[in-house]
Amino acid sequence: MSNAVATPAAEGGKLEFLVKGDHHPAQGTLLGFWIYLMSDCLIFASLFATYGVLSMNFAGGPSGADLFDLELVALNTAFLLISSITYGFAVLKMQQNSVRGTMGWLAVTGVFGLCFLGVELYEFYHMIHIGAGPQRSGFLSAFFTLVGTHGLHVTFGCIWLVTLLLQLRKHGLIQENKRRVYCLSMFWHFLDVIWIGVFTYVYLMGSMV
Amino acid sequence: MSDHHEHHGHHEHAEEAPHSSFKGYMIGFVASVILTAIPFWMVMSDVLDSRNATILIILGFAVVQIVVHMIYFLHMDFQSQGGWTMLSLIFTVVLLFITLFGSLWVMYHMNVNMMPSMMGGADGMP
Repeated sequence: MSNAVATPAAEGGKLEFLVKGDHHPAQGTLLGFWIYLMSDCLIFASLFATYGVLSMNFAGGPSGADLFDLELVALNTAFLLISSITYGFAVLKMQQNSVRGTMGWLAVTGVFGLCFLGVELYEFYHMIHIGAGPQRSGFLSAFFTLVGTHGLHVTFGCIWLVTLLLQLRKHGLIQENKRRVYCLSMFWHFLDVIWIGVFTYVYLMGSMV
Repeated sequence: MSDHHEHHGHHEHAEEAPHSSFKGYMIGFVASVILTAIPFWMVMSDVLDSRNATILIILGFAVVQIVVHMIYFLHMDFQSQGGWTMLSLIFTVVLLFITLFGSLWVMYHMNVNMMPSMMGGADGMP
């Protein structure tokens, strides 16, 4: 990936190479965290594949069309999307060196994350309550595994968010905290990307069965 | 929020900060809202009669929205970290396609080729 620029010298016809080396990654942590996210992406790929294989195995039980409440899913999608943009505002405030602004927007992001979790837990509770728990059919096992894993990621994201807020309050916008904010921003946006796959493949396509 | 301006100029080269801007986030957000609203609307109010056409269209919207998120929220480009983030992303996407379509393809044909007496009523993939 290095750019070799050849400048033919006027005399002698010899080639001179000005090899411009790569910038050494100044923030190796961000790259390492990205690679972690990619491996996480493969976990979700296998869960999506499992769901795809099992999505028609209802075992005589309810299908997605019977169970899914798309208005609730739309609400959840909105929560997650808004939390993504508010996290973006937190990053912008951080780049303006405003601790209060960063913490404020991070807190707003956390509130939307908790709203998302609340709605999802209500949905799970409702489904288990009417006898459509994960043990009902292959479809429901795969559904709870996939959506539950995503929800678990959001849960840990919220825990991380609270931790980060405490670190910001104690130390302010030091270099380490900035790095942490960037890492969590990748994690948070990545979860939103996974959710696009979930609401399209699981909820929208599932309710058309 | 009116005091946001684009802050492109002040990146130090020492830290590889993502190239965030208020405009970029807003473009990503508005595009995502549109790209989310249309599939929900199509499914919830049964716009098309053909189920397969609806599935193809909403999958297309999902792919476009994932790309929008990658560009405007995750700030993917070919330059960051010397291109290594893009390289690992491409590698992951390749594995992802092999896992997803490999599983669906193999298991679909297994269901189709199963002996009739063993078929449990399930007739294939979505």
